[in-house]
Amino acid sequence: MPHKKLESIISSLLEVTAIKLPTDVYASLQKMRAEETQTLACELYSCIFDNLDKAELLHRPLCQDTGVLQFFIRAGAHFPHLDILEESIFTATKLATESVPLRHNTVECFTEKNTGNNTGKLSPWIEWEIIPGDDLHIDVYMAGGGCSLPGRSKVLMPLEGYEGVAKFVFDTIVDWGVNACPPLVVGVGIGTCAATAAILSKKALLRKVGSVNANPQAADMERMIKEGLDSIGIGPLGLTGTKSVQCVNIEFAGHHPATLAVGVTVGCWATRRGSIDISADLASYAITSHS
Amino acid sequence: MTDKQIITTPISNEDISNLKIGDVIYLTGMLATCRDDGHRRVVESNRFPDFDLKGMSILHAGPIVKTIPGAGYEMISIGPTTSRRMEAYESEFIEKTGVKIVIGKGGMGAKTAAACKAFNALHCVFPGGCAVTAATEVEEIVGLEWADFGMPEAFWIMRVKNFGPLIVSIDTKGHNLFELNKIEFEKKKELALKNLLPHVHYSHG
Repeated sequence: MPHKKLESIISSLLEVTAIKLPTDVYASLQKMRAEETQTLACELYSCIFDNLDKAELLHRPLCQDTGVLQFFIRAGAHFPHLDILEESIFTATKLATESVPLRHNTVECFTEKNTGNNTGKLSPWIEWEIIPGDDLHIDVYMAGGGCSLPGRSKVLMPLEGYEGVAKFVFDTIVDWGVNACPPLVVGVGIGTCAATAAILSKKALLRKVGSVNANPQAADMERMIKEGLDSIGIGPLGLTGTKSVQCVNIEFAGHHPATLAVGVTVGCWATRRGSIDISADLASYAITSHS
Repeated sequence: MTDKQIITTPISNEDISNLKIGDVIYLTGMLATCRDDGHRRVVESNRFPDFDLKGMSILHAGPIVKTIPGAGYEMISIGPTTSRRMEAYESEFIEKTGVKIVIGKGGMGAKTAAACKAFNALHCVFPGGCAVTAATEVEEIVGLEWADFGMPEAFWIMRVKNFGPLIVSIDTKGHNLFELNKIEFEKKKELALKNLLPHVHYSHG
């Protein structure tokens, strides 16, 4: 039964993602903890790691806000179960909501009623990408409320330039990021319109902490924005410290000459992102985000 | 830690009037969750929970709770939520309920700071995201009200022991730690941008 198999695989990805941090995020927090010198900030890092230990020991979601789920699919054009994938994601979400358990987050628009099972209209949110081959890659992101709040995008006039892009990132992080459980993972998108910049900023968030942009100018800009944000000393939970952010990742698309849109999406210290590779016959799968 | 400063409910003015922003305290006693919908119900609809909040504490949080058939509820995971969302309602909430300690994450604004000063109350932050630690500091869920809001928004009443660390972010004099930090962050931001902007002038030439 491919339905049951897919549901069970995706549900197990949700379980791991809710309880443990991905390897790269855990390592980046360890590094920041080791480099921290301020007393209160050091204590807060101790609280963070104590919580991570307890979550694993008690097998519970490490943060109570397990988010509204967002799935980013890269499906091989010849993956044989494309027709049941969406349904399987919805069923797996309901299953994991019960079994992990996940918090009931999805609220239907206008009635503002909580559905009680984390599914609803277009929820979980699914982004599709068709790639060559016959296997399936899924990234899941647990979009918590606190770290979704600072997100925004804006269409700049091109003469505002990349200076305008940088300023938009700094304003967003200093104004709202402080409340979004720093040290943040910062995703920046650059494109033509508000929508493309926003989605690229989310894709930037899905890139690993510590990964380097393939484009040398973007890599420079990532490094310089990170250094600039770190010099502000926002610290863990916004209570000051020697650093501010885990990383700044930029993703971009060729844009209209008359617009330069920028989007910012942030992930909290507890950025919960899970990645899985699934074979065409569903016989084997590997969670690649967690060790 | 032997020098934990523990505040026990019911909380009197004297218990908290000497606390200053940046102080770290722990809470023992009764704590109820209340966030967006609960604040709106109290402030807009003038409806109050049966549990009297006078001298008590609230936590801006939407927990994960497991129902144990025949045995009540088990707290699974309960970290604080963003307090700033409640800014528009908090001052009136404090005035109407007599709540003494409001716990959440991140800072609150000038209206709440004025209410803390006027009504002798505190805003404190619990380290955001540390939700399993917080759950292990909940001894028992003793009540549930406003279940119609759904699990995260409902009014969960808990007995807690040494709940913390809680960092005082607004004290009873109205001093506001996050607002003070923000002034510093803004200054440093301007300096960082001044240094950065000359290096990101990417153009076709």
